[in-house]
Amino acid sequence: MKLVYFAWVRERIGKTDETIALPEGIATIADLVRWLKTKGEEYEYAFENEAVVRAAIDHVHVKPDAPIAGAREIAFFPPMTGG
Amino acid sequence: MSVIRIQAEPFDSAAETEALTGGRGDIGATVAFTGFCRDEGGRLSALELEHYPGMAEAEIARIAGDAEERWPLLGLTVIHRFGLIRPGEPIVLVLAASAHRQAAFEAASFMMDYLKNRAPFWKREHLTDGTTGAWVEAKAEDDAAMERWI
Repeated sequence: MKLVYFAWVRERIGKTDETIALPEGIATIADLVRWLKTKGEEYEYAFENEAVVRAAIDHVHVKPDAPIAGAREIAFFPPMTGG
Repeated sequence: MSVIRIQAEPFDSAAETEALTGGRGDIGATVAFTGFCRDEGGRLSALELEHYPGMAEAEIARIAGDAEERWPLLGLTVIHRFGLIRPGEPIVLVLAASAHRQAAFEAASFMMDYLKNRAPFWKREHLTDGTTGAWVEAKAEDDAAMERWI
């Protein structure tokens, strides 16, 4: 599964994207965030305020309870400031 | 029916209007909104816009589809730039066409309110002293502006 990061989430984690092998029992976006936060302090920093970071599965906005089974690409990013 | 472009290059609002309306007799109204980069009282040398390629197009297309369901539009063009944009340069264009003005006014406003909250773009400030400033924070009033359409 490919993870992609944008803006300050990307800067805090220190990479634009990565491919991960998902461990058992990770069913939702919230599960994935919880697991990523165990991977190192850069992830802890990026997700220190979990309610702020947004997620998308295969280019569609999703909530933290969204199931991730079958996802090709999951993105994490700050609230958007375009326009 | 909508035209959506995500590009680094500037755009010409008048040319886009001509492209949308040229040779047609059914359009009675167009509303063009252009968002520009401000210098914030001389503090900024540029805004840097990061985007999520693929999702930016897809999300704007979804918002445009919603607008086309809500209003009887005869055309809709959305252009959003990325990269380094200097004060005075345009960032975003929403151009809505309809038979009567109300649909074009409302659809353009709806597009901008949703685009600001849901299109995956992020602004970062570049300062006139040569340093790179902070990421622009999302505003609560932009959230509220979107809520009024629900």
